[in-house]
Amino acid sequence: MHNHTLTELSALLRSRQISSVELTEHFLRRSEKYNANLNCYITLTADMALAQARSADAALRQGGAGPLTGIPIAHKDIFCTDGIRTSCGSRMLDNFIAPYDATVVARLQQAGMVLLGKTNMDEYAMGSSNENSYYGPVRNPWDQQRVPGGSSGGSAAAVAARLTPIATGTDTGGSIRQPAAMCGITGLKPTYGRVSRYGMIAFASSLDQGGPLARTAADAAMLLTAVAGFDPRDSTSADQAGEDYSAALTRDISGLRIGIPKQYFDANLAAEIKEIITTAVRQLERAGARVSEISLPNTHLSVPVYYVIAPAECSSNLARYDGVRFGYRCDQPQDLADLYCRSRSEGFGREVKRRIMTGTYVLSAGYYDAYYLKAQRLRRLIRDDFHTAFSNVDVIIGPTSPTTAFRLGEKVDDPISMYLNDIYTVSINLAGLPAISIPVGFVNGLPVGMQITGNYFSESRLLNVAHQYQQMTDWHKRMPAGFN
Amino acid sequence: MSSLDKAEIQKIAWLARLAIDEGDMAGYSRDLSNILKLVEQMNSIDTTTVDPLAHPLELNARMRPDQVTESNQREKFQACAPAIKDGLYLVPKVID
Repeated sequence: MHNHTLTELSALLRSRQISSVELTEHFLRRSEKYNANLNCYITLTADMALAQARSADAALRQGGAGPLTGIPIAHKDIFCTDGIRTSCGSRMLDNFIAPYDATVVARLQQAGMVLLGKTNMDEYAMGSSNENSYYGPVRNPWDQQRVPGGSSGGSAAAVAARLTPIATGTDTGGSIRQPAAMCGITGLKPTYGRVSRYGMIAFASSLDQGGPLARTAADAAMLLTAVAGFDPRDSTSADQAGEDYSAALTRDISGLRIGIPKQYFDANLAAEIKEIITTAVRQLERAGARVSEISLPNTHLSVPVYYVIAPAECSSNLARYDGVRFGYRCDQPQDLADLYCRSRSEGFGREVKRRIMTGTYVLSAGYYDAYYLKAQRLRRLIRDDFHTAFSNVDVIIGPTSPTTAFRLGEKVDDPISMYLNDIYTVSINLAGLPAISIPVGFVNGLPVGMQITGNYFSESRLLNVAHQYQQMTDWHKRMPAGFN
Repeated sequence: MSSLDKAEIQKIAWLARLAIDEGDMAGYSRDLSNILKLVEQMNSIDTTTVDPLAHPLELNARMRPDQVTESNQREKFQACAPAIKDGLYLVPKVID
């Protein structure tokens, strides 16, 4: 039952071959059984899920059901869920029961989806390994000694191990695509502003974007169709209607113009990964796509620029955690300064504090121009590189990550090495573009992801290319051993 | 500029309202200095004629009519506060 795609589950539910309660019980059982090892979930919401499943079954009986009605989902614990703890992977919000629903959560509930629980993540979405969670690291289902990637590591591992049919994540510098790549699943970061940020706990507001972590491109399309679209509650929401992202999946890709950035295939990329990506591109070529080399000359600056802009925005956004209105508060504060400083120091973990400090420094008097303004100027150059590229090609293809999943603890004491892992993903967020990561092979039993990037609001095209690739290959059907 | 000493770390920590333990000082100094070193690669390109980009799609802030759209939910919102009394948030004494 856990190997079905969303389309298949939808058909089974509508023809009453299974009920939503049966489906929900099945995934809850699996989630409870395997979570002890994988640590994918921070909170399981079994009772609520079964109540939602019963309502879904009633809607399915009475004919008021949509395509997603009765299908279980897990939300990254960064999305506010009314009445359910929303921890953001932090001690700071360990006791935070959100008083309202994020727009993403509300829309999927409206669509009849059943919430299984809230998934583990790097604290405040800051990390590429899921080792920065207050609730402990998530383990990669393909090799439990390795990280699942981050920051949406819990969502990625849960989908890969079939503990949920689909999950949500957020992506500020690669946090949907990189864990999707490392766990062998499909992850889509939509165009900035495509999916509402309302109720999605803020990390870096000019970069943050929510999206699906799914088994297939077709599944991701179904979810995006339900969540995308204008939201008056998000001031940066794109003022245009969503689309039916499933409509163009089956389109022929002959004539598709693929750009291969030469900077993505330099000495930093492992030879085995390069080989696998090249093979996958050749597959698309055989389906009629035309491939040309392109240049994104400022690629090497994207990590430095990102690690100024993201910490700057984080230091500003996280100023709200003061121990007064919600969240963690230290014991026996001596005075107001002590209340602020100790609540924040005890409530935040190491990486979050590192980023707040970096951001505070680059925004401080005397350094603002040299760091923050400089980074914003370079951000324009990075965006313009993509703009130029998209005048000649439809999509840009490269690796999602320079390596496969690394060992737990391997990079934990070396923030720079961890940051450099984001080389292929952060520039996409700086430019605000959509990109999808799909599984295209394995190195030593570990999944390799390929990133397909498109122009603004070209999600339909990205999903179409990914779907066509998945019609020709079966990498997305591979499942880690030990979860049958 | 790329190496931060203890006094600078303390200053940044205070600006960020963080209390850094004495024992963690060296670690923060090392990590932040390394991060600044990474970031200084930005200086390899002259950007004097490039305008800063604050928002990827360069959208302007959207205006809306000045109408009440939310109801007062004070009790619900204060349910997750660490300390309240009579509908007010409690903090340590600020004025003697």
